[in-house]
Amino acid sequence: MRELFESTVRRICEDHVPIERVSAAEEKGWSPALWELFESSGFSQALAVDESGESGASWGDLCGVLMICGQYSLPLPLPEAMFANYLLTRSGLEAMSGSLSFGVDGDLCLEGSTVKGSLRDIPWGGDVDHVIGLVGTSNPMVVLMSRADAAQVNRTTNIAGEPRDELYFDGVTPLAVAPLAASMNKDVLKLGGAMLRSAQIAGAMQGVLALAAEYVNDRVQFGRPIARFQAVQHQLAICAEQTAATVVSAELACAQFDNGSEVSTMVAKISSAEAAAAGAAITHAVHGAIGFTQEYPLQLSTRRLWSWRSEYGSLSYWSQRLGSKVCAAGSDKLWARIVNASSDSTQESSI
Amino acid sequence: MFTEQFKYTRIPAEAEAVRSEVREFLRDNLRDFPASKRADSWMGFDAEFSRKLGQRGWIGLSLPTEYGGADAGAFTRYVIVEELLAAGAPVSAHWFSDRQSGQQILRFGTEYQKEHHLPAICRGESFFCIGMSEPNSGSDLASIKTKATPTDNGWILNGQKVWTTNAHRSHYMIALVRTSDSESRHGGMSQFIVDLSLPGITVLPIKDLTGSEHFNEVFFDDVHLDSHALLGAEGDGWKQVTSELSMERSGPERFLSSMALLNTLIDAIGTEPNALQAKEIGHLAARLITLRQMSLTVTEQLAAGEQPAVAAACVKDLGAVFEQDLPELAQLLCDIPPASSGGCDHAMVLAHLTQQAPSFSLRGGTREVLRGIIAKGLGLR
Repeated sequence: MRELFESTVRRICEDHVPIERVSAAEEKGWSPALWELFESSGFSQALAVDESGESGASWGDLCGVLMICGQYSLPLPLPEAMFANYLLTRSGLEAMSGSLSFGVDGDLCLEGSTVKGSLRDIPWGGDVDHVIGLVGTSNPMVVLMSRADAAQVNRTTNIAGEPRDELYFDGVTPLAVAPLAASMNKDVLKLGGAMLRSAQIAGAMQGVLALAAEYVNDRVQFGRPIARFQAVQHQLAICAEQTAATVVSAELACAQFDNGSEVSTMVAKISSAEAAAAGAAITHAVHGAIGFTQEYPLQLSTRRLWSWRSEYGSLSYWSQRLGSKVCAAGSDKLWARIVNASSDSTQESSI
Repeated sequence: MFTEQFKYTRIPAEAEAVRSEVREFLRDNLRDFPASKRADSWMGFDAEFSRKLGQRGWIGLSLPTEYGGADAGAFTRYVIVEELLAAGAPVSAHWFSDRQSGQQILRFGTEYQKEHHLPAICRGESFFCIGMSEPNSGSDLASIKTKATPTDNGWILNGQKVWTTNAHRSHYMIALVRTSDSESRHGGMSQFIVDLSLPGITVLPIKDLTGSEHFNEVFFDDVHLDSHALLGAEGDGWKQVTSELSMERSGPERFLSSMALLNTLIDAIGTEPNALQAKEIGHLAARLITLRQMSLTVTEQLAAGEQPAVAAACVKDLGAVFEQDLPELAQLLCDIPPASSGGCDHAMVLAHLTQQAPSFSLRGGTREVLRGIIAKGLGLR
C-alpha cells in the first residue's frame, strides 16, 4: 500500500508541481485547481476512519507521502488536511471534503454554543474552506469552523512565503463540535504538526542533498569537478548523515503516532530541526553564489527548512520538555525510556 | 539515494522476550559494579563474566546450534548486546569473537575450523582479537606488509601488527596479511586464524594516554602456521574484511560506550534541571533514540544479507560525534571538575571518558575514512 501511495503522489507532484508553480504560489497565492487535483486523489481523507472504526491507512503508511510533499515544496495544506480529518473522524465527526487546515495557538473559547476568539498560524488559514482547533484544556473539544465565518483574517507568511494566517471568530456557531478522542490530549495538534513537519523536512533534506550532489559533480573549478575535493565531500557526508537521521526519526514518529507515542514525535522534531539547520547551511555552502539566487531552486527548499524547523515547537522547546522528564525520572529510568521510544509498548513512552 | 533505506525497524517480539532476563542477570551480577568501571564499557575485560554469559547461552547465539550457538536471529543478539552495553558490563573478553570472528569463521571457515572454534567461542572460553593495522598501514589498510609464505604443510608468517585491542589476553587473532603479489591493490591478501600461543609471536602492550593497557604491538617472527590457519580462500582477504566492517561499524557500541557518563550527568543535575540542562539532556536523549533506530535499520539490512557499508558508516560517524560531545556537554551543564581518583562517580567517569573520547573517531575506521565512504555513496568519488 505504501509503495502505491508514494508512487501516486510522486507522479502527481512531478506532473503538476514544477518549481515554477511553487514560486507562483508564493507570489499569486492559493491555486484552487491544484487543491482539487490533490483532493481528487483521496489523500486528504486517507486517514479518516469509517463507521466501523477502520481507517484506510496509518501514519506509518503515509510517512513517505508527507516526505514527498516536503521534497516538492507542495504549496498546499495537504498534510494539514490529512491530519485534520484524522482528528475529526477519531473524535466521532465526519471527514470534510474541501480544503481544510488547523491551528494550534490562539484563545478560542466556547461560549454556550458559539465560538469566540482567534486561532493563529493556520497554514493557508485565509484560503481554506474549513479549519479545526481545540477549545478548553481539561476537557478539550474539537471545533470545526467555516473560514467564511471569520470576522477578521490577518495574513502572515513564514520565511518561505507560505501563509500562516490568523482567523478571528466573533461568536460564531461551529459547523461541528465534539469532545476530543479519549486517547488524545490537548497537545495532539501540536504533536501532529510536529510529526508532519518532521517528515516534510526529511523529504526536503533528501531533495537538497540530491541537488547539491549533482551540482558539485557538474561544477568545475581548478580543472576538476568540485566533488573531487575532500573538503566538499566531507561537508556533504555530514549532510547525508543528518538526512539519514531525520529520515529514520520521521519514520519512527509516524509509525509510533498510531500507537499514541509522544516521545518519538518529540525526537523526530528535535532531530529534523538539527538536520534542517545543517542541511541548509551545507547545501548553500557547496553551491556557492548560484544557490543564493531566487532563480536557482535550492532556496525553495532551504527557506522551507528554516521555517519548518521552528513550526510546532523548535528544537529547544521539545528538547526542554523531553529533558525535564528525563531528569525528573532519574538515570535509572533513562535506558528503559530510550528502548520504549522505539517499541510498540506505549508504557513510559508518553510524556 | 541510500538515505531512503532508513525505514522504521521494529525489534521482533521473540527478540524482545529475552530483554527482561538479561536485565535480571545484570542486576544480580553487577550489583556492586562501580560507575567508574561501567565507564570502561566494551573495553572492560572480565573473563569470568564472559564465561557466565557463555553459560547462559548469550555469546555467539546467532551461530547454528550444531556449533554451540542458538540459531537466534540478529535482533536477539542485538537486545542482549545493547542491554550489556547500557549497563556498562565488562564484555571486552568475548567482544570481538561474538561480534565478528565467529561470524567470519561461520561464513568462510572450513568444517574443521567451525568445529574447532565456534563451540569454544559460544562457551565464552575462546577470545579473539582482530589484526588489521600495521605501523605504516592505518587508514590505508590495503598497504599492509605482513606476509604469509606457503610451505609444504602450511605457512610461515612474518611481520607486525599494531593497535591490536586485547592481543595480550586473547587466544587467537584473525589477521589480514599478504599471501601473494598482485597487480590489483586489493588482491593478494588473505585472512588467517593465528594461535597466539605459537612460538615466534611477541605481544607488547602499548599504554594509552591514561596508562591503561588495551592495545598492543604484535610481532610475527617466522611463525609456522598449519594449513588449518587460512580462513576462506587465499586472495579473498580484502573482500572478507570489508564484509566484516559493516558489522563492526553499525552496532550499539558506537553510541552506548559512554552511557555511564550520561547516567552520572543526569544524577549530578538532579530531578529539577534548569532550562539549559533540560534542553541539552533532552537533545542528547533524542540523538540517542535516533542513533539506536539507525543502528536497528542497519542490523536488519545485515540480517537480510545486504552490505550496508554506507549506512553503517553514517551510524559510526554520528555515534562518535555524539559520544565526543558528551564530555563537553557535561562541562557545560555541571560545575564538577573531572577527577582521576578519589572523586564522586560523575567526576571519575567524566575524567575517564574525557580522555577516551579521542579514540571514538579513530577505532574501527577514522572519521575521514567514514566520510569518504559516505561521499562515495553520494557519487562524489
